[in-house]
Amino acid sequence: MSFSPQVIKAITAIVGRSRVRLAASELDTYASDGLPTHRSRPGAVVLPGSREEVVKVVQVLSRHRIPFVARGAGTGLSGGALANRDAVSIVLTRLNRILEIDPASRLAVVEPGVVNVRLSEAAAPYGLHYAPDPSSQTACTLGGNVAENAGGPHCLKYGVTSNHVLELEVVLSNGEVVTLGSRGGEAWGYDLVGVFVGSEGMFGITTRITVRLTPVPQAVETLLAGFGTVRSAGEAVSAIIASGIVPAALEMMDQGCVAAVEASIYAAGYPTDAAAVLLAEVDGRDQESVSAEARELEQILRDHGARSIRVATKADERARLWQGRKKAFGALGRVSPDLVVQDAVVPRSTLPDVLEKIAIIADECGVTVTNVFHAGDGNLHPNINFDASDPEQVERVEAASAAIMKACIDAGGSITGEHGVGSDKVRYMTLMFDSDTLAAMRATRRVFDPLELANPGKVVPTHACREWWAASSTRRAEVVA
Amino acid sequence: MSRTDSSTERRLRALMGPDAIIERDGGGMPTVAPRTTEACALVLATANSEGWRVRITGGGSWNRVEGHADLALSSSGLSEVEEVRAADLVATVQAGVVRETLRLALADQGAWWPVDPPGIRRTVGSVVATATAGPLRSGLGGIRDHVLGLTVVTAEGRIVNSGGRVAKNVAGFDLTKLATGSFGAFGFITRVHLRLRAIPRADVTLLAHGKRATLIQEAQAILAAGLTPSAIELLSPAVGGGDHWTLAVRLIGSDPSVTAERVSVKGTCSLAWTEQPPKEAADFWQSALRHPLQHPITIRMGTVIAGLDQAIDLLTHHLDDTSVTASVAAGTVRWSGSAEVDRIQLLRHMAAQVEMPITIERAPWNLQSELGHFGAYREGVSRLMGSLRDTFDPNRTLVAALGAET
Repeated sequence: MSFSPQVIKAITAIVGRSRVRLAASELDTYASDGLPTHRSRPGAVVLPGSREEVVKVVQVLSRHRIPFVARGAGTGLSGGALANRDAVSIVLTRLNRILEIDPASRLAVVEPGVVNVRLSEAAAPYGLHYAPDPSSQTACTLGGNVAENAGGPHCLKYGVTSNHVLELEVVLSNGEVVTLGSRGGEAWGYDLVGVFVGSEGMFGITTRITVRLTPVPQAVETLLAGFGTVRSAGEAVSAIIASGIVPAALEMMDQGCVAAVEASIYAAGYPTDAAAVLLAEVDGRDQESVSAEARELEQILRDHGARSIRVATKADERARLWQGRKKAFGALGRVSPDLVVQDAVVPRSTLPDVLEKIAIIADECGVTVTNVFHAGDGNLHPNINFDASDPEQVERVEAASAAIMKACIDAGGSITGEHGVGSDKVRYMTLMFDSDTLAAMRATRRVFDPLELANPGKVVPTHACREWWAASSTRRAEVVA
Repeated sequence: MSRTDSSTERRLRALMGPDAIIERDGGGMPTVAPRTTEACALVLATANSEGWRVRITGGGSWNRVEGHADLALSSSGLSEVEEVRAADLVATVQAGVVRETLRLALADQGAWWPVDPPGIRRTVGSVVATATAGPLRSGLGGIRDHVLGLTVVTAEGRIVNSGGRVAKNVAGFDLTKLATGSFGAFGFITRVHLRLRAIPRADVTLLAHGKRATLIQEAQAILAAGLTPSAIELLSPAVGGGDHWTLAVRLIGSDPSVTAERVSVKGTCSLAWTEQPPKEAADFWQSALRHPLQHPITIRMGTVIAGLDQAIDLLTHHLDDTSVTASVAAGTVRWSGSAEVDRIQLLRHMAAQVEMPITIERAPWNLQSELGHFGAYREGVSRLMGSLRDTFDPNRTLVAALGAET
C-alpha cells in the first residue's frame, strides 16, 4: 500500500526525510525478525528520535486510521514486530538513552531502544545489574523486552521482565501519553504495568521504562555436567529444585545441540558424548557460601547419574561455559540455511516425557530437532534446522512445530514462555484458551486501543473470540468511541 | 432496603439447590456459597440479567463490603486445595481456601506459598484480590509474583481463565496481573494457580531497635551493600513492641547462604542485633501481621527505597505514626489507625504530588465508598481504569468501592 502524500509529508515533517524509509529495498531490512518463516514488508518505516516525535507520528497515523507496529532491534522470535504493507513500522532504536540510574533506590530509567546488556554495563559501577538476560541481550532492546516479557537463563532466580518493570510511560494509539505504575513499583490502581508488559506492542508504545536493578552477586560458580540420558538430566533438575537451593540458572542442552556448538567458534569444551548437559549456576554473597551450595549441587548431579562435572569459578572460565549456551542458536544457524527456534513451557516434572515425545515427533515428521532450554523453568526451545527455500521442508517443519505445541499443551504447559505469540502462534491460542478468555483479552486490549491500530492481527485470534459486550450494555459505545 | 424477595430466593434455590442460602443478614439479604466456578457463573449471570447487585464476601476477616446489595456471594464454598504438584512447585486452590489450610497441605510435600499477608484466617482469594503482601515482598516479591494464573467469573457470568500452571508463560495478555489487587473490579476469583517454593532449610530473624531515622539509614546501608534479605521491615514501637522503632531482618534460604548473609548484615551496620529463636521469631512476625486488625483502617503507600523517610513523615503529619510498618527494599509503607475521610483524602492528594500512590486496603464501608480503594490521580489512567471496569462489569453488578473514576 502506498500511503497518501499527505500522510508521508506529515510524517516526514516530524522526523526528517532521512528517517523515513519508503523504497522497497529499504523496507526489506524490516521485513523479518529473528523468525525466518515469517516475512512481511511494511508499507513504510519511520525512525523517530524522541518521545515527542513518537507522539506526533502516532497522532498522524491515528488521524488517518493507519495501523502501526513498534519495533526494536528486530531480534524477536515470533514475528511480533512484523508489519504488512498497510501498516507503518515505527522503529525505536534511536530512543537509546539511559536517562537515570538511582543506585540508592536500585532503579534505572531508560528509553525503549536501550540495548539490554548496555544497561547492566552502565549499572555495574554501582554494583548493580539488570537481571533479565535473554540470549539476544547484546542486541535486543528494553522496549522489545517489555513487549514480550522477556526472560533468559537467570530468570529462574531473578524473575522475568515483568518482575523488574516498575513504571512505564506509554503512547497510546491515539497519541495520548499516560504513565502506568509508579516509580517504586507500587501499582497505582489496577496493575496496568503488569498487563502492559507482554502485550506485544498491542496496547501502545512505551517511550520510557523504569526498571528495578539488582545487586551483582559477589560470588558465582558454574557447573557443567554431562549425563548419559536426557531423562537422568531431567531428574537431576527436579532434585535440585526440590533441595531448596535456588540456582541462578539451570540450563540443558541435548547432544545434537552440543555437537553444533562444539563444531563452531563458540566451542566451550562441552562433552560431545553426553546425551544431555546441564549448566547449573549458583551465586550469592560470598565464595564460601556459594561453594557450599555448589558442592551440594554437585552431589545431587552425581546422585542422578552425572558422568562428568566441570566447575568454573573464575570469570573467564564461566564466560566460556556460558558462551556455548548463549550462542547455541548462532551455532545451530551454521548447520542449515534456516533455523526455527521454538518456545514452549511444560511442567518441569514432565520434561523427560515431553522430550521423548518431541524426539518421536521429529522422527515422524522427518526433521531434526535439537533442544536447548531453561530446564529450571521447564521452558523448552526445540530447534529445527531446515531450508526455507524448499516448500516440502517448510511443510514438515510446520507440522512438527504444531505437534510440539500440542504435546506441550497436553502436558499442562504453555505455547510460549518468553518469545511471545506474535503472528507465529496465533493459531495455537485456541488450544490454550477458550473463547470467553480470548474475548476478555481482546476486550482488555480495546480499552487501550479501541480502534486496534497498534500491531493488529497478532496474539489473539479475533475470529475465535466470543462476542464480549452484551447487547444491552449502553456503556459499550462510550468505551469504543 | 434489599429488593430480594421470596421469588428471588426461589430462583436461587432453583439454580443451586434447596440449600443455596447459607445465611441472611439483618435485612434479609441472602448469602450463597457456590461450590464450583460454573455455579458462580450461573449466579452472576442471573444476577446481571435480573439487575441484582452482588456483594462479594470472602472469609470476612480483612475488608468488609457493606454497600447495598440484593445478594452476597461467598467464597466459603470454594474451599478445596485442588492439586499440589510439589515437583513443579505449583498448587491450584479454590479461592476460599484459608492460608493455614494451604500451609498444612503444602508442608506435607515440602513446599510453601512464600507470601505473608497481614490479618488472620485470610483466604487465598482475598489475598490475591487485594494484593496485600507482607514483609516478604522485600526479598521474595509481591503477591503478583506468586500467582501463575487464575479463574475469574465476571459480573456478567463469563468465566475467564488467565495464565496457566507453569512457572513461565507469556501466552496472551496478562489478565492475571490485572485481576490481582483489583479489589473485585473484574469479577469473582474462584481459582488460583500458585507459584510455590521449596520450604527453606534456614530461616533466621534478626531484630534491632532504635530511632526511626537511624534504622532507616542502616537498612538502606544494608541494601547499598548489595544484600537483599527476604524481609527487611521497619516497625513502629506499637507494632514491633517496646519503646523504640524496630528493624527486623529475615533471612531465608540454604544454611550456607543464610549464614553468610547473617554475617554480612551484622557487619554492614553498627546496630546491636539480637537473633530470635525460631518460636519467638514466628510469634514476632505473626504479631506484626495481626496488628492492623486492632484498627479500623489500613492503607498502603508506595515509594522508592530512598523515599521512605518522606513517606512516613507524610503519614505522621496527616495521620499518625502509631501503627506503621515499612518493607524497606520494596518501598512500601503500611499504616493502620483511625482517621476521618478528609484527612485521608488530603494525605492521598499530598502523596500524589510526590508520586506516592495510596491504596485503601481495608476500611469501614462509609469510608471505602467515599474514598475508593484507589484514588483518581493521573489523567488518562483514570479513563483506562474506568473503561476496564466498564469492560468487565458494565452494569455495576458487583458492589466494590474502587475510586472516583469508576
